[in-house]
Amino acid sequence: MRYSSLRDLDWVMVIIAIMISGVGVLQIYSATHGTIWQNSWWKQIVFVGVGVLIMWVMAAIDYHSLMGKAPVMYVVAVALLVAVLIIGATIFGSRRWIPVFGFTFQVSEFMKVVLVIVMARLLTELRTDILDGWELTKLGAVVGIPMLLVRAQPDLGTALTYLPILGIGIYLAGLRKEYLIVIVVLVGLAPVVGWHFMRDYQKARLVSFLNPEQDPRGAGYQQIQSIIAVGAGGMWGQGVAKGSQTQLRFLPVAQTDFIFSAFAEEHGFVGVIGVLALYFVLLMQIVQNAQTAPDRAGMYICMGVVALFVFHLFVNVGMVIGRMPVVGIPLPLMSAGGSNTLSTFLMLGLVNNVRLRRFVN
Amino acid sequence: MSLLPVEPELAQRVPDKPVLRDDPKLASEKIAFFQYAIVGVFLFLISGFWQLQVRNPDIYSERAESNRIKSVPIGAPRGKILDRDGRVIVDSHSSYSVLLSRETLKMEHLRPIADGLHLDYNELAAKVHRYRTRPKYEPIVIKQELSPDELAFVEAHRDPEFFPEMEVFHSQKRLYPQNQVAAHAVGYTGEVSEKELDSPEFAKYEQGDIVGKAGIEKQYNDILQGVDGQRRVVVDNLGRVRESATADIKEAKPGKNLQTTLDLDLQVVAELAMENKMGAVVALDPRNGEILAMVSRPAYDPNKFAVRILSADWKSLTSNPDNPLLNRAIQAQLAPGSTFKPIMALAGLETGEIDDSFGVRCGGGASFYGHFHRCHATHGGVTLHRGIAQSCDVYFYNVGNRLGIDAIASYAHQAGFGQRTGVDLPNEAEGIVPSTQWKIRNYREKWYAGETISVSIGQGALTVTPLQLAHAIGGLAMGGAWYKPHFVKGQGSKPRTAKLDPVNVQKVVEGMYAVVNEGGTGVRARLPGLEVCGKTGSAQVVSNEFVKARGKTKSQLDNSWFVGFSQRNNPEIVVAALFQGGEHGNLAAPIVRDVIKAYYDKKARLGIPNTAGVPRTARPQAASEASN
Repeated sequence: MRYSSLRDLDWVMVIIAIMISGVGVLQIYSATHGTIWQNSWWKQIVFVGVGVLIMWVMAAIDYHSLMGKAPVMYVVAVALLVAVLIIGATIFGSRRWIPVFGFTFQVSEFMKVVLVIVMARLLTELRTDILDGWELTKLGAVVGIPMLLVRAQPDLGTALTYLPILGIGIYLAGLRKEYLIVIVVLVGLAPVVGWHFMRDYQKARLVSFLNPEQDPRGAGYQQIQSIIAVGAGGMWGQGVAKGSQTQLRFLPVAQTDFIFSAFAEEHGFVGVIGVLALYFVLLMQIVQNAQTAPDRAGMYICMGVVALFVFHLFVNVGMVIGRMPVVGIPLPLMSAGGSNTLSTFLMLGLVNNVRLRRFVN
Repeated sequence: MSLLPVEPELAQRVPDKPVLRDDPKLASEKIAFFQYAIVGVFLFLISGFWQLQVRNPDIYSERAESNRIKSVPIGAPRGKILDRDGRVIVDSHSSYSVLLSRETLKMEHLRPIADGLHLDYNELAAKVHRYRTRPKYEPIVIKQELSPDELAFVEAHRDPEFFPEMEVFHSQKRLYPQNQVAAHAVGYTGEVSEKELDSPEFAKYEQGDIVGKAGIEKQYNDILQGVDGQRRVVVDNLGRVRESATADIKEAKPGKNLQTTLDLDLQVVAELAMENKMGAVVALDPRNGEILAMVSRPAYDPNKFAVRILSADWKSLTSNPDNPLLNRAIQAQLAPGSTFKPIMALAGLETGEIDDSFGVRCGGGASFYGHFHRCHATHGGVTLHRGIAQSCDVYFYNVGNRLGIDAIASYAHQAGFGQRTGVDLPNEAEGIVPSTQWKIRNYREKWYAGETISVSIGQGALTVTPLQLAHAIGGLAMGGAWYKPHFVKGQGSKPRTAKLDPVNVQKVVEGMYAVVNEGGTGVRARLPGLEVCGKTGSAQVVSNEFVKARGKTKSQLDNSWFVGFSQRNNPEIVVAALFQGGEHGNLAAPIVRDVIKAYYDKKARLGIPNTAGVPRTARPQAASEASN
């Protein structure tokens, strides 16, 4: 089969992704009209449009070819992360962006795509049925290096999003019980050791997550306002552009990290269930693509994407309802922001890429 | 439709290394298990939303409401204080204040705010610090009575990029008459103090409320003060008002106007008469106790208190040795001197200790109990009429000696001395009427008869306030009916009465008439066409022994008193004047004269006929003797 047919794309997945993006654009409009961010909604439309386009391009380049370039992509991406640390534009007090053609790109977002491909390649090359110590160390280093670089920006949230890519890979590749125990112990110790490496604002966030009312005007403010916004939404919501928490900006960054809170306030429990259902179908669709992948590489790519999305959803939405600490990671497809939107569609493109080639063999 | 062409050889060329584990189904069980994990994540999230949005949405709706709805007080205008003719004495006018919202306050903004509002930075910082224990949502009033340029500063800098913590509050401010007119009677207002807030009578007030602090303002605060209203507004996260909820306005209830018995015409005359003097003037209508004028000097400008007095102003007032804050009309307790003699004369006549024929020889003094008591002149033979007219001390030494201290005290009490008159002003003083009882109670000593001699001429331990004196002589002139002095109609009640023999009263009144009209000590109070009666008094501030030893300084000069009423047989006004350091009573007499003149001039202007009245006569069976 020389030409992959457009009709072979996963249309359910694509349409649902565009629907969620549409909801996101409406919510961005509602949360920002009359503010200095009031242009965010049409910028987001542009991002989504470009995203769909590059998703299509991404789907066309055979993922085996991409996996062949994996080492190059990885080295380039790591080099860019180092560059960002050194020359990156300082915005919001952190070095996350580099300017390209007048836009600013967040390298750490695109690192996700690279890691998904690199992991798939490394896991495909394994010669054993179960990971041994050396391989485990190698995988950990491949993910750990960009994590440390991103963490140094400092952007703990995005750094953490690399973990599920590693995690799902190890899970699927198989792990010896001893290593599993070691990992569990290490994960258990991480908070204790990590506390010493955390910055004050991160400690404050963690403490305020455990007890947000302790300092309602300080670190706990965002979380409390988010919980109030969600609760005030009730069953049916306050109505479009009528949520007082969102409209009067008691809810912080209502168009980015807390967009789901704004949505929950204005559309209520019913709206929340609707959008979560869309996300669920989207995830299940990707899982199905993993199951029908022509080879292990395709399966690893799809599962890497799923794991990443689930992690984003779990942490971001959990934060919105006060069940996770305030970690600044966006909600894929809904939060305003170019880099995240593009990287999300790039990954959906990877999934389509795998799907298009399911009958190749 | 087709996508980009794919190179046919590509699938063969990549991956570079052979793919060994190529069975895609190998991990299908793990994938299936992962799907359950995804379901678990969604259930976890949905249960969170269920908890917040379906189980307890009301809690959060309320919190969202309290975020966005803020109550803004609407200041109730304070009632005006009017004089008896409805003329405005104290008014209110529009005033703008700045509040500081402490929820959004940034400490580094304090200095530019202090500069813009011409405030002292340290005082402002100290004030913010003082409020730290109070809830955050309570704003602080940092400046009241904004000038137009300060108001412009606030309006221009309330935007989020400047100082959004500032809020403008419009209120009504007190406007007191210029030149300190009636300052002590009307008192002043001020921000309720923290000490007051702790006391039960101020329980209904809140921090920042303006309440009466002295005088009528304090006494009738409940009438004058309205009830602040409330407006609910929608605010954003920076506290800026986004919209006003019109439905939910609680209108302010303005305070009621208070009509007093003061007569500005008389008040102004009394003020002028007291210019550059220290002392007090009280004018009463003896027929009902209405206070027509009340002056105390030195005075202060109540406008400085209208909102919050500057600490420098307050310091200069409280450190002034002449104590301008003291309302001398009701708070100066001084020896009445000879103005006490009419009471002595009445006591002597009523008890029967003296009569018309009782006379003494004044040789410039007399000895009692081994002690020589001086008279201010050598009067020769003196009976009651001349005794009052010339204010002969020797005559009254003898009257007092005959009466004894307890009889004197009893008649002094009857006239209202030694107790509060009950005037409707806060912090009235009582004065002292000495007696054997009083001495035992206060000094655990018996009374010496020699002490009675000093009290007989209004010296010794005896002290009175100017209001008490006017009240006492007014009641005497009314034939034994003492009406409670008051500023607000309806406060007067039935008079305290005593069964006095009108003939005796008339004899005392005739003596007081002679003081002014028959070459007595108070001729300077004389008014042509009117039958003014009065009594001078000059009371020592320090004892004669002290003066001999040290000499006199200005603050030890005798206080000069005059109390007068008019007309002789138809009293309509009684005026007491205290001129501290005035040396002799005839210096206080013109003050009383001017006020009485103003009263009758006003009557004439209004065309109200004047009647001289008829002399007080004895009860029917004794009518024939009473014509004199």
